[in-house]
Amino acid sequence: MVKALNAGLRQALADDDKVLLMGEDIGTLGGVFRVTEGLQAEFGAKRVFDTPLAESGIVGTAIGLAMRGYRPVCEIQFDGFIFPAFDQITTQLAKLTNRAQGAFSLPVVIRVPYGGHIGAVEHHQESPEAYFAHTAGLRLVSPSTPHDAYWMIQEAIRSDDPVMFFEPKSRYWPKGAVDFGGSTTPLHASRVVRQGTDVTLVAHGAMVSVLMQAAEVAQEEGISAEVIDLRSLSPVDYGPIVESVTKTGRLVVAQEASGFVSLGSEIAATVTERAFYSLKSPVLRVSGFDIPFPPAKLEKLHLPDADRVLEAVDRAMAY
Amino acid sequence: MSDTTPTVQFLSLEGELRPTDAAEEFADRLAELTDDDLRSMYRSMQLARHFDAEASNLQRQGQLALWIPSHGQEAAQVGSAMAARAQDHIFPAYREHVVALVRGVDLYEVLRLLRGETHGGWDPTDPANGNVHGYTLVIGAHSLHAVGYAQGLQLDGVVGTGDLERDAAVLCYFGDGATSQGDVSEALVFAASSQAPTVFFVQNNQWAISVPVRVQSPVPLALRPTGFGIPGVRIDGNDPLASYAVTRSFLDDAREARGPRFIEALTYRLGAHTSSDDPTKYRDPEEYAYWVARDPIVRFEKHLRLLGEGDAFFTDVVAEAEEFADRMRRRILTAGSPDPATMFDHVYAEPHPVMTEQKLWLERYEASYAEGVQ
Ligand SMILES: Cc1ncc(C[n+]2csc(CCOP(=O)(O)OP(=O)(O)O)c2C)c(N)n1
Repeated sequence: MVKALNAGLRQALADDDKVLLMGEDIGTLGGVFRVTEGLQAEFGAKRVFDTPLAESGIVGTAIGLAMRGYRPVCEIQFDGFIFPAFDQITTQLAKLTNRAQGAFSLPVVIRVPYGGHIGAVEHHQESPEAYFAHTAGLRLVSPSTPHDAYWMIQEAIRSDDPVMFFEPKSRYWPKGAVDFGGSTTPLHASRVVRQGTDVTLVAHGAMVSVLMQAAEVAQEEGISAEVIDLRSLSPVDYGPIVESVTKTGRLVVAQEASGFVSLGSEIAATVTERAFYSLKSPVLRVSGFDIPFPPAKLEKLHLPDADRVLEAVDRAMAY
Repeated sequence: MSDTTPTVQFLSLEGELRPTDAAEEFADRLAELTDDDLRSMYRSMQLARHFDAEASNLQRQGQLALWIPSHGQEAAQVGSAMAARAQDHIFPAYREHVVALVRGVDLYEVLRLLRGETHGGWDPTDPANGNVHGYTLVIGAHSLHAVGYAQGLQLDGVVGTGDLERDAAVLCYFGDGATSQGDVSEALVFAASSQAPTVFFVQNNQWAISVPVRVQSPVPLALRPTGFGIPGVRIDGNDPLASYAVTRSFLDDAREARGPRFIEALTYRLGAHTSSDDPTKYRDPEEYAYWVARDPIVRFEKHLRLLGEGDAFFTDVVAEAEEFADRMRRRILTAGSPDPATMFDHVYAEPHPVMTEQKLWLERYEASYAEGVQ
């Protein structure tokens, strides 16, 4: 996925000279995850630049650049360090177009490497999506495959709205095919990635591959699971989810983030409203515990794995 | 007030031209001001003062949700605003009504904002509004937008080309309290780091609501920027000529790619912080009296009289200012409420399913009442 993102950013920089990349250590180093590697050498330090070490400053100045007609793509180094920029994102970036009554739009993309499974230290493994999904004016997306990463980053940059682009760190290194010539699913569409008839499993980012593992095991036990990759966390594309639940009658939503007031809670509530008479069991959530992200040696217990998903599938099937 | 920081001041309390040592360096700039400019300065201050008084009344009468007075800070604002060239961009905080007036914004939009009709007011992209961007209520947040915008000017190649009429800069206003905000420090860091053409203009009106400036900054604010690598100067903020000369000079420095600049305008908020505030709870009456004696409008009138301006001019301006305030009052009294459907507009730039659904839902819901519930 790192290479796919790099290629996607390269394409976006080549397509539109208003596109800028900015963030901490993204220039000569190419970012701590090397997502921007080689881009400064190729496009110059005016288009791809290192900022001072200040997240509010990064997002705040990106807003000013966007007001001036640029399309800045900010890298936040790690999920847990987005909070110094929280104010700029939620009170300014999200609201300024509305405040200006549409006089200008703010096509800012904020790339956030997020999530666990990399054995890192505190503040380097979190899933802060829900804070931003709660805020009107922002769009949130998260790719789960290199193919989506390549295309979605370009679409996010083309979007006239601010887009929070959540990159699942644990998926940075696994390889996958990218169809560079092909077309892609629209940015805000969810996608059925595995067909099934007994239960619908929904997740985003790194959890999609966990669902796929769970679905394979369930299949061996004679349970047919349909897997949906959300792709877009705000707005959520409910069409394919509701359609699937209408067919299967069961829904399990999985996420790395804590469960309380989370994306999973929201999806559970909405699908219950929209597909109540199709449901054969309550919608179940599988999530991290409601604790601070634990030390790396314990993260395996916190983050839902295929077994935890299967436990929920079994519960759903038991109704 | 007892510190010895050099202060740029041209006008004595009696309105005579008596530049301080610190002012000499900027004195050339005054030559750019015509007699008409001086009259226009005075006129803007009076219009704003009357508008401000009217708006305070409107708030008390329940016509505005809140009022943020500019009373007392007219000189700092009028001088700096007149110093900006047409192509410069202004990032105000929320008290810069005089700046807005000078740059062409219809102050009716400020009233609508504080009446609770909009969150935005004027269109900052419409040239009629003099590149004045929207007010920002989150203290200091806009200082970063200003720097980002200034970086955009650099990228656009309209900085340092040597054409003073084309090269642009950004003028960013905030208060003494705002200097405590992390965003303002980050703005100084980013501006210095990128040498973005930004002039930070602090109106040190001595109070951040009830907290005096010494709590925000034990050192004079004018010394703050030095540590960031940005030259700073203190001016007498109640002297419009000082405000003009230094801002003009610093904006030209910025546009000529000499880097960001910082101005501390020492002034005073004569009224309340906002209409919800009660300054008698925290303010010493003697301090207030000291500053009443330094009223910028009174001082500038003395100056103009020394230059030979007669009664007729002042009478005319006051009449015009009264008429201006009265017209604002009449306009706001007949203002309606915004169309409810507009709540869902411009939340996103591109179509958004949730906005569409909720807008339709509200329409149907309202209609169900209009038709009578079955
Ligand atoms: C981030 C933030 N915190 C608190 C407030 C509430 N508040 C509004 S104005 C103000 C004082 C601001 O003082 P200063 O920056 O000196 O500007 P002044 O109002 O004196 O012009 C405060 C605390 C706010 N608007 N934003």
